[in-house]
Amino acid sequence: MDYSIKELMYWNDKIEKIAKDFGLNFYEQEFEIVSYEEMLSYEAYIGMPSRYPHWSFGKAYERTKTLYRYNLTGLPYEMVINSNPCLAYLMKENTLLLQILTMAHIYAHNDFFKNNRLFKEGTNADYTIDMFKRHANLIREYIKDPSIGYDEVERVIDAAHALKLQVKRTIYNGKDEETQDSKYKLPEEDLLLFIIKYSDIEDYKKTIVEMIREEALYFIPQIETKIMNEGWASFWHYKILKELDLPQGLYLEFIKRHNDVVAPHLGGLNPYYVGYKIFEDLERRYGIKKIFEVRDVDRDSSFIRRYLTLELCQEMNLFEYVKRDSEYIIKEVSDDEGWKEIRDTLSNNCGMGLVPYIQVTDVERDRTLILEHIYDGRELLLEYAEATLKHLVELWGHPVILKTQFGGKEYRIYCDEKKSIKRGV
Amino acid sequence: MCMAIFRDMHSDPVEHDRSIEDRRRHKKLVEKAIKDNLADILSEESIIGESKNKKVKIPIRGLKEYQFIYGKNTKGVASGDGTEKRGDRIGSEKKQGMGQQGAGNQEGEEMYELEITIDDILDYLFEDLELPDMDRKKTSEILVESSKKRDGYQKYGIRPRLAKKKTVMEKIKRKQARKRALREMNLPVDIERFPFVEDDLRYFRIKKKFRRESNAAIICIMDISGSMDNTKKFMARSFFYILSRFIRKKYKNVQVAFVAHTTTAEEVNEYQFFHRVESGGTYISSGLNKALEIINTRFNPENWNVYAFYVSDGDNWSEDDERTIKSAKELCRVCNLFAYAEVMPNSYSMTIKGKLTKEIKDKNFIAVSVSHKNELWDGLKTMLKKKQKGGY
Repeated sequence: MDYSIKELMYWNDKIEKIAKDFGLNFYEQEFEIVSYEEMLSYEAYIGMPSRYPHWSFGKAYERTKTLYRYNLTGLPYEMVINSNPCLAYLMKENTLLLQILTMAHIYAHNDFFKNNRLFKEGTNADYTIDMFKRHANLIREYIKDPSIGYDEVERVIDAAHALKLQVKRTIYNGKDEETQDSKYKLPEEDLLLFIIKYSDIEDYKKTIVEMIREEALYFIPQIETKIMNEGWASFWHYKILKELDLPQGLYLEFIKRHNDVVAPHLGGLNPYYVGYKIFEDLERRYGIKKIFEVRDVDRDSSFIRRYLTLELCQEMNLFEYVKRDSEYIIKEVSDDEGWKEIRDTLSNNCGMGLVPYIQVTDVERDRTLILEHIYDGRELLLEYAEATLKHLVELWGHPVILKTQFGGKEYRIYCDEKKSIKRGV
Repeated sequence: MCMAIFRDMHSDPVEHDRSIEDRRRHKKLVEKAIKDNLADILSEESIIGESKNKKVKIPIRGLKEYQFIYGKNTKGVASGDGTEKRGDRIGSEKKQGMGQQGAGNQEGEEMYELEITIDDILDYLFEDLELPDMDRKKTSEILVESSKKRDGYQKYGIRPRLAKKKTVMEKIKRKQARKRALREMNLPVDIERFPFVEDDLRYFRIKKKFRRESNAAIICIMDISGSMDNTKKFMARSFFYILSRFIRKKYKNVQVAFVAHTTTAEEVNEYQFFHRVESGGTYISSGLNKALEIINTRFNPENWNVYAFYVSDGDNWSEDDERTIKSAKELCRVCNLFAYAEVMPNSYSMTIKGKLTKEIKDKNFIAVSVSHKNELWDGLKTMLKKKQKGGY
């Protein structure tokens, strides 16, 4: 580290002041300075100081480490979690300028967490750290419990992980409604909630499912606002650093780093780039007040649908592709005829729009669970659907049938109690 | 007045490796997945006749984190350089730009591929196999590679060879060194938690040792008649290929003879055995008799441990059944093991396997059915299980 904590604090004071003057409204900020290895670990555990043990975090660690080793991805500049106070990590090995840029970036994320409706209503930042710690402790207790043990717990976590995004999609304040009678509330999009309410598995298993559901609900606002959140943070780090009177050396590095962050990924889609461009455009067209309103109320899909314009599509050279056989073909380009379809496709394919929508529609007399995939032209990956159904049977204890469409026809997958699969039209 | 708090976690000199347990568990599951998949690899046609150093890619299943996700037939949006036109092809390996953590089309990145040589695969698989019922015969002996002998330690190795005690010692050494360093730097010497790191791990080095074993002869007999269509022949060849690899790997000095038969039998060389195409009727007895003849002239059971392996689809001409049973009984008498693998039998008629198992009660006769190539490995394992029937 070729700079001292004092220096970081010096820059932080300036950044914090400028951010406040711009009108950003954030939680109290805490920075932890960590090493490269610690950063890898924090990344695997999504920044949480404590999490329950599970091999998927080990896998995440190995994957990130491998990617870094082969330089396929840059080291993360930032790692920030939605908590109050807001906890963020700064990697010791980064240059002073990168730390300055990261700090500014983090204040904007912090502001987004505190003000965006999805976070305000869907999460409780005061208890984030506690919640993850409580879950970790409880799972460790189950593992230590001789009547349960590691393998049992792992099997339940595996199963609950497979279904973790099959939870309610509307985000609102308050408790989930309680139904006292034994009548099923149908249709139900919240598969995990349905299991918690009606499955006859042991209570500790339900508790595990409940914990994983709670964590998923915590993460969904982030999934839903990836483009906005990164665009917002990039927009503000740029504005803040411009105001900082950086010495020339640092200033040049700032411009280079900033351009790297918001560079388009050819053949892919860089959320920093798209979000940054849209916010920049909104500010130019409607003034600064407008972007604060947008930050309050939108999520990626509405953000794209409302504010991605023909001009922006053209500036970013956006195109739409489809897969035909084993090849990708360009379907639409950003001209007068094509841009609206591009906008709508992107709006439908971000956030939870990438997660298939599946409902419980019925429970038969013998407790067979009937699921229906609401087909919108996108087919399920059958191998994954089958394996996921097996996990569901683990938690439901009775057969499960999934209705979907495949190859233009009705298609059913049946998974019995013994987890053997039958499929058919 | 600014509020931010800075914590330098580096004032704490103790390394903190919180992910080590989850990584260990993950690694264990990976290894298990590899082992579970090896048999599948062996049943792939492409490995027959390949050199043992050929590398194959093993896709590792079982580590995917399954969820409901969309297939690859969905559309998407990406940014380009402005030269794109409708209908342009943009390659087949497009990266999904929107595949963020926890959502969406992340199937691609879940695929692990492990490069491994055929030799390595066999090593893993053959760990638990042995030619059963090896008697100590009198005269000349063969050398058997026995890899049980440990000889020192090394830093890399496979999990089963982890040297726990040595590993703990390495950790203690490191801890002592840390303490000494802290003392020299005049820092407080209290290390609360001191977990294992990768560098502590030590593995036993295995010295290859040869052990004297008795003489062994293997007779491979294969039905190459007309009813053995290409798929069956392929399965039979895969079976013998793995078997011969196994024998050559485990036993340095084994005599192997190859017999191919239709209504008549012939002793052939290894190349012919694996490549020859024939057609014609089936007298199983011809193959078995040829084997008996070879045993009588070259491998006197007084001095040799003889193993006979036979593969057929079991579709014998009925006038030959009597003779076949008689010859099979004779083979059981002179051999340590007579094993028969019936590949993809026709279900509508009673095959020779049914007749043989009904007639032959000798304990050294084993018959297995292999109706799909996935079952090849299980069949072989049944035949070569270690310590079979109290054998040596």
